[in-house]
Amino acid sequence: MRRIGFLSILIALATLVSANDHPTGDEILRKVDENFGADSKISESEMKIMGERVTRTVKLKSWTEGTAKSFTEYLAPAREKGTKMLKLDDQLWIYTPQTDRIIRISGHMLRQSVMGSDLSYEDLMDDAKYTEMYDAAITREDTLDDRVCWVLSLEAKDENVAYHSREIWVDQERFIPLKENRFAKSGRLLKYTEIKSVSRIEGRWYPERMLFKDDLKGGQGTEFVINSVSFDMEIPGHVFSKASLRK
Amino acid sequence: MIRFLLKGLLRDRSRSLFPSLVVIGGVMLTVVLYSWMMGFEKDIVRANASFRSGHLIVMSRSYAENSDQMPNDLACLGVADLLSELRAEFTDVTWSPRIRFAGLIDVPDSSGETAAQGPIFGLGADLLSAETTEPEVLNLSQAIVAGRLPLSPGEMLITEELARRLHIDLGRTVTIITTSMYGSLTTFNLTVSGTIHFGVAAMDRGLVFADINDIRNGLDMIDAAGEIVGFFNDGRYWPTEADQIAETFNSHPQPQPNRFAPTMMTLMQHSGLEATLKMYRYVSSSLVSIFVIAMSIVLWNAGLLGSIRRYGEFGIRLAIGETQGHLYRFLIAESALIGLMGTVVGTIFGLLFSWYLQEVGIDISSVMKNASIVMSDVLRAQVTRTSYFIGFIPGLAATLLGSMISGLGIYRRQTSQLTKEFEA
Repeated sequence: MRRIGFLSILIALATLVSANDHPTGDEILRKVDENFGADSKISESEMKIMGERVTRTVKLKSWTEGTAKSFTEYLAPAREKGTKMLKLDDQLWIYTPQTDRIIRISGHMLRQSVMGSDLSYEDLMDDAKYTEMYDAAITREDTLDDRVCWVLSLEAKDENVAYHSREIWVDQERFIPLKENRFAKSGRLLKYTEIKSVSRIEGRWYPERMLFKDDLKGGQGTEFVINSVSFDMEIPGHVFSKASLRK
Repeated sequence: MIRFLLKGLLRDRSRSLFPSLVVIGGVMLTVVLYSWMMGFEKDIVRANASFRSGHLIVMSRSYAENSDQMPNDLACLGVADLLSELRAEFTDVTWSPRIRFAGLIDVPDSSGETAAQGPIFGLGADLLSAETTEPEVLNLSQAIVAGRLPLSPGEMLITEELARRLHIDLGRTVTIITTSMYGSLTTFNLTVSGTIHFGVAAMDRGLVFADINDIRNGLDMIDAAGEIVGFFNDGRYWPTEADQIAETFNSHPQPQPNRFAPTMMTLMQHSGLEATLKMYRYVSSSLVSIFVIAMSIVLWNAGLLGSIRRYGEFGIRLAIGETQGHLYRFLIAESALIGLMGTVVGTIFGLLFSWYLQEVGIDISSVMKNASIVMSDVLRAQVTRTSYFIGFIPGLAATLLGSMISGLGIYRRQTSQLTKEFEA
């Protein structure tokens, strides 16, 4: 009898210790947000769009301040060169040199593909912190490319998000979401992403090469490669203005 | 004999007036009904051929499967070579590339900000090359309400309704927002050179036309086209020849048999008109048949009434030695004469009314406001060769049938009973 009582105490203690080691879903999300978040960010990247018939590469430079302000300029190919996009809170404008017009992207246009890639304008707008948009719960553990991950199930806190639910595989050591499935309210898989390589930049783990795939679209998906990124740089205020679109 | 019958019919109106009026009315309605149905059919075929399928259409296999969605990402590539091959092999057909697309038209204000925006369906067709027949095929000159056809690159036509709704004046440069062949959002400017009205509600709501090269530049579709349409050089649709051409083209070995390989379809196959017209013809022939039967019943009754009225006459004629067979044949000949005269008069009236419907038509635009099918909102008849003799079928057949049935009563009369009948 004494032995059973001793064992019960041991199990209870082990459970407590394990619970302390094992963070909750929301805590994991917070760490992911901390890893990705920065006051400001300047990056140069390229999108390799692997369509059904052709593969195109689009180069771009982005300036981001928090989660509310973002400015992107397309550098290549020649047809897209000079096209600029400005995001301020929940508003998005696009400027094309061919028309010399600044057009606000809204409504169903937000679901359009960005430069024919597997990313939509809605995806670009959707860079708020995970913790602000979703409630998380750990569903299981899994291993991806020899990395041990928590698999989190995310449920949207309100209806006003692009994806009703997500399933993400978070690297337990580096707090990077190595894989992500994005679902519609009906439960249909809409998009999935995979982080193919990660590097240590300015003291944080950051994705270097990612694959985005729109499940409703043909082709092999879009490979997004970040060639350079700097964090917490000073960005002049005028960059995030409509006037800078025409410059 | 005929002269005798004619005199009898003209002098005794009770024999001829009612049956003649019924035949005239019935034949006239048959001719009008037939001509209107022909007009309706021709209108649907013409509209679908001109704006949608051509007499023949070449698309990639994948595009063909979803052509209603205008999937330009599945468009044919290498169109210049494909056009050369088509033009060399099928010389009876004029081939032209087209690009259909959906998007938004964005009207700027003086500062370049969006003043108005609306959804559009666009058609890029060869409007500017020297040898093009597209403006004629699309009936653009007749459809112009204001301004002119595009004469140089960068110009376009929009519907009058769209211009009015978004306050777009002639000469105004607007931005088209749509999706490129590679699936990206694309914008390009075009200047409105004219406004058009087709009288087809589904098109007049928001159709724009521009030269195919402008659309190719805008949609990043260099040497590509969603569709290549072909029209027989004489402008008429020849179903058997179209089937043969499509079969020949589709039997060519494809260098890379894949879902982007070009495939050819006829107007009937692509537009789904084959089944529609089959059903339509079935319904129209059923209507004409029902009409003939109804007329036969009416004329049978008329014959019965006539027989009752002429009961005494037939009795006297039988009593003075006329045979029942002769009397029956006499009655049939008499009704044939009434049928013939009624048919001629009815056909003339029917043709006149059909001709009016062909030239003027009936405006049904008020009920077509929200229609999405490619159909004119003015109903028109079409006088064809058949219109001239279609009335003879019910006109003569029904009259004869009615008389033949009612005339059988002659054979029931007993010569031995005639004296008793007269005494009574």
